[in-house]
Amino acid sequence: MIFVEGLTKSYGSTHAVRDLSFSVEGGEVVGFLGPNGAGKSTTMRILCGYLPADSGTVRIAGFDIFSQSLKARSRIGYLPENVPLYPDMRVCEYLGYRAALKGVSARQVPEKVTDAVELCGLKEVKRQLIGTLSKGYRQRVGLADALVNEPDIIILDEPTIGLDPNQIREVRSLIKGLSSRHTILLSSHILSEIEMTCSRVLILNRGRIVATGTPAELRERSGIPLAGSVRLEARVGNPEEALADIRKLPSVASATLAGRSGEWSCFEILPSGGDPRPRLFEEAVKRGWGVRELSAREASLEEVFTSLVPAATGEERS
Amino acid sequence: MRVFWTLWRREVASAFQTPMAWVILFFLLILTGFNFYAGVTVLNHGPTEVTVVESFFNTIFFWFPFLLLFPLLTMRLFSEEYRSGTIEPLMTAPVRDVQVVLAKFFGVLFLYCVLWLPTGIYFQIFWWQTHLQAAGAVGAYLGAYSLVLLMGMFYLALGCLCSSMTRHQVTAAVMTFCMVCLFFITGLLSFLSGSIGTVSRGLTVTFSPIEQMAQFSRGLYDSRAVVWYLVMTALFLFLTLQSFQARRWRR
Repeated sequence: MIFVEGLTKSYGSTHAVRDLSFSVEGGEVVGFLGPNGAGKSTTMRILCGYLPADSGTVRIAGFDIFSQSLKARSRIGYLPENVPLYPDMRVCEYLGYRAALKGVSARQVPEKVTDAVELCGLKEVKRQLIGTLSKGYRQRVGLADALVNEPDIIILDEPTIGLDPNQIREVRSLIKGLSSRHTILLSSHILSEIEMTCSRVLILNRGRIVATGTPAELRERSGIPLAGSVRLEARVGNPEEALADIRKLPSVASATLAGRSGEWSCFEILPSGGDPRPRLFEEAVKRGWGVRELSAREASLEEVFTSLVPAATGEERS
Repeated sequence: MRVFWTLWRREVASAFQTPMAWVILFFLLILTGFNFYAGVTVLNHGPTEVTVVESFFNTIFFWFPFLLLFPLLTMRLFSEEYRSGTIEPLMTAPVRDVQVVLAKFFGVLFLYCVLWLPTGIYFQIFWWQTHLQAAGAVGAYLGAYSLVLLMGMFYLALGCLCSSMTRHQVTAAVMTFCMVCLFFITGLLSFLSGSIGTVSRGLTVTFSPIEQMAQFSRGLYDSRAVVWYLVMTALFLFLTLQSFQARRWRR
């Protein structure tokens, strides 16, 4: 659906995007992850035909975005960052205008607008002026605009930025609902968001792709299998003795007493190759410890991200 | 064509849905109304060779609001879209640059025509009150109004160009006003008859808006003026298109 090869774009002497290549298949939900200024917005703007690239190829549903721009653009629904809208139009009026611009036939416009309004939960504000809407509703109007003509591809630049937690959850579930019918490319610098919505992640830093794969694959590849932390909470007679016992076990690199609450002691154990949990359990049985928690924390995308992207980053460019 | 009309409707609607068009209409009617009243008063003082239409279109009270109109009408056209960022959803829709430029131009031209339309009522009132024609012939009305239209097209195209060059409305307005004045003042050079040559004097007379209006409001058509304004409109719309497309290479 989306095919990008060798994409390069610079603003003056600043390289926003450098030799970027990736592709997105139909039906995929792909997340663009990266720190501010990584080139996410620039890439998306190029994909939508808003900015020209310095070099490289972009194909949208088989159409070249530079030479067959109109055909390519008619297959994309785009939600720009910060959702610019006309404040003097009413919600329904705006969506009707956008649908007509995007080539929806005059007879079908009311139907498509009604569908988009319902899908995005805009029913109660559809007669309201856009200028009077809250940020959450504006975001939804932008989203409704992106999908009003039922495009094959939906590109969302930071779709949940500036929303409250409830609104974020609503937008997320909306995006999930859309994934059955559309190919979606969305950007974010909020990792949990990408992890929850996307089937595949592209991590961008300084205009280059530094990693790509499913969240699980990325975790594996980052080389932090268990994120260094197994947690054991148990009722032991003497915590110091128990700690010494745990340290003696194979596949335990180090262990610390993380805390005590009443008779319960909590141990943080760093594994050294392999999962120490079976041995920990055997040890607990042998010594008669009452165990109430034995868990391993998986590496979050956040840890993967920080291991891939060095801390120093540039300024956000919009 | 459908995209053009969709864009055009949005342009016209946005002008009338905000107070802008109504405020401009209000003050234009006050100023031109005063102009009409002053013209009729002057004619009341004694026999004269000019008609009401001539006196209406050839005073400072006509030219002043006329020249002020263009920066006010055109400043927001492109600048507002750049500033608010709405240019991004607009240009990522399957829309051609030329459609956007033409829709904005014809949208503001329509608004401009709507602004001048009510001034026709003055001459109708004159007829009701005096049962005298405000002009020697119908051609004088047509001449004066068609020159208002032709000059309007040119100056609006000029305003489009200025607005397409900047994201600041005030900058666009100042640029438009200066350029409109520049073209207008060039015509005034004809009054410095002694210091310029006969050829350049002839040229400035031909292209002086004041001289042209003096002729057209008598019903005398000059095809050179018609061609001049049509060509200049086309030229400045072309330049607007170039400037609008150049936004892609700007930051």
